[in-house]
Amino acid sequence: MVDHVGDAGTTAHPTVPRARTALLVAVLVIVLAASALIAIGLGSAAVPPADTLRYLWASVTGGTISADEVTRYQIIWQIRTPRVLLAVIVGAGLAAIGAAIQALVRNALADPYILGVSSGASVGAVAISLFGALSALGIYAVSVGAFLGAMAATALVYLIAYGRVGVTPLRLVLTGVALSFGFQAVMSVMIYFAPTSEATGTVLFWTMGSFGAATWGSLPIAAAFVVVGIIVLRRRSRVLDVMSLGDETAASLGIDAGRARKSLFLMTALMTGAIVAVSGTIGFVGLVIPHITRMITGATHARLLLIAPFLGAILMVWVDLLARTLVAPRELPLGVLTAIIGVPVFIYLMRRRGYVFGGR
Amino acid sequence: MDLHIEDLTVTVDGRDLVHRLDLEAADGEVVGLVGPNGSGKSTALRCVYRALRPSGGVVRIGGDDLWRLPLRRSAQRVAALTQQGSADFDFTVEEVVALGRTPHKQGNQPLTAVERDLCENAMAQMDVTHLARRGILELSGGERQRVLMARAIVQQPSILVLDEPTNHLDIRHQIQLLRYVRGSGLTIVIVLHDLNLAAAACDRIGVLSEGRLVAVGPPEEVLTAPLISEVFGVDVTIVRHPITGDPQILFELDSAPPSGRYQTVATRP
Repeated sequence: MVDHVGDAGTTAHPTVPRARTALLVAVLVIVLAASALIAIGLGSAAVPPADTLRYLWASVTGGTISADEVTRYQIIWQIRTPRVLLAVIVGAGLAAIGAAIQALVRNALADPYILGVSSGASVGAVAISLFGALSALGIYAVSVGAFLGAMAATALVYLIAYGRVGVTPLRLVLTGVALSFGFQAVMSVMIYFAPTSEATGTVLFWTMGSFGAATWGSLPIAAAFVVVGIIVLRRRSRVLDVMSLGDETAASLGIDAGRARKSLFLMTALMTGAIVAVSGTIGFVGLVIPHITRMITGATHARLLLIAPFLGAILMVWVDLLARTLVAPRELPLGVLTAIIGVPVFIYLMRRRGYVFGGR
Repeated sequence: MDLHIEDLTVTVDGRDLVHRLDLEAADGEVVGLVGPNGSGKSTALRCVYRALRPSGGVVRIGGDDLWRLPLRRSAQRVAALTQQGSADFDFTVEEVVALGRTPHKQGNQPLTAVERDLCENAMAQMDVTHLARRGILELSGGERQRVLMARAIVQQPSILVLDEPTNHLDIRHQIQLLRYVRGSGLTIVIVLHDLNLAAAACDRIGVLSEGRLVAVGPPEEVLTAPLISEVFGVDVTIVRHPITGDPQILFELDSAPPSGRYQTVATRP
């Protein structure tokens, strides 16, 4: 047994000493910062890390740069920095949401889009771009449409799944899957009858995911949803632990699983909606990063929800970098790359550690 | 703390799974519940650990109406070992046991040194200390059952609700668990399928049949051949345990079932 004499009342998890978790976080912060710096520097016009740092420093502190650097500076600051930051936010958010959702529906195959959020968002976005509603919102109209579509889809899934004994996890998952097909059908119909080819591009963006539309303007709202969301989820870590033991057990431990599920779902739906609205649907991250993290930290949510966002963010930054450099000047869809990178890593870890999920 | 189940009814789809059940357990008393599959034992217990809201009647613990207490408060007094008790994610044994402290903690508050000692003692009591770092999903059914029992102990309840706690346990661990039950001083309601173990472990036994309490009292008064034949549909011989004097129920596999309830519809050639 680990000897804890001397730090009574401060050690959150007897299995892993706090120092080790702190060290892991420190390493991840450094890796994430370095990855972001490299990703901001690389692209069609590569900028050395030292210059990248100088430009970033100049824009934050209001320093000066020479006239012949203005173009490079603008690429770094106006285009790549918001894009990489968006990748960080989206990756962190999807990883945290995935971890929480898997506990909420007690299903290892659940991901942030399980409740029809993504297809609902796509329907909302495509409808807006086709019919031109919400035009008062200008360039944000489509994002708002996607967010509203995501919320409407979640609400609909929840209402339909609500039964005599409340909402059971399995009913939620099944309803979500069923309605996703429905939303996809609606979307296909809209595209089929669409007068322009523009709609097809919109659909591709929303089903495959891209950070190509990242701007400083769209960043703060998504960041706020994700940061607040992760903090809220982390504060409910023990509740998530208890809920993953089942509703009956949760009741005997003083946790009303039905009520907790409702509020946590609202939280994750808001987060997912905000993410989808700015990046489209990026698959795989929210499904696999939680599992990869569990292999490192164990199933306890206090640690899982601390580490998973970092891993998600790091993966997302690199995936986005590859997406825009591999076949430049064209871009690969993010979902393709998350799968290409994530699947082998996942299989390797699973075979090495004998990781178990979803029961035996 | 005493437990009073008064006039408890659970109706699902117009059918009474439990019908007007009255049962009480005095402070420190071990009360057994026996009955055939589907007789409403688990359903009644679920109303006590608040996994199921009764359609009618009251459950009182220490005089308070259980269902009017905040869930957290009642979980500080009532712990349960449920039948649906496994995890889907691979928590370690010590993590699962530590979750027993949940009703005593605010939010993510870490365990104190005293509480960690409590966890270690409970694991030792249930003979799972050597499994502390193992994943719960790797364990055998019996080992897992003992881990969940340790979690219930860590909850430090006054009332312990045990739904078939001896499931999957080998005989040594069955005896060990029932010794704990006898010696804990807690008020305990326990569902057991093994009538001999029930006779040995319980102060009083209630017999449920089709949701109704058909008998309640000390084992030697309740576990009679006519009652067992009536409720379970099997013929038994009852003898006294040569040392303890508890009723012991013996079965003969070759004797014909009693008439009426079950009939032979086919025989092996």
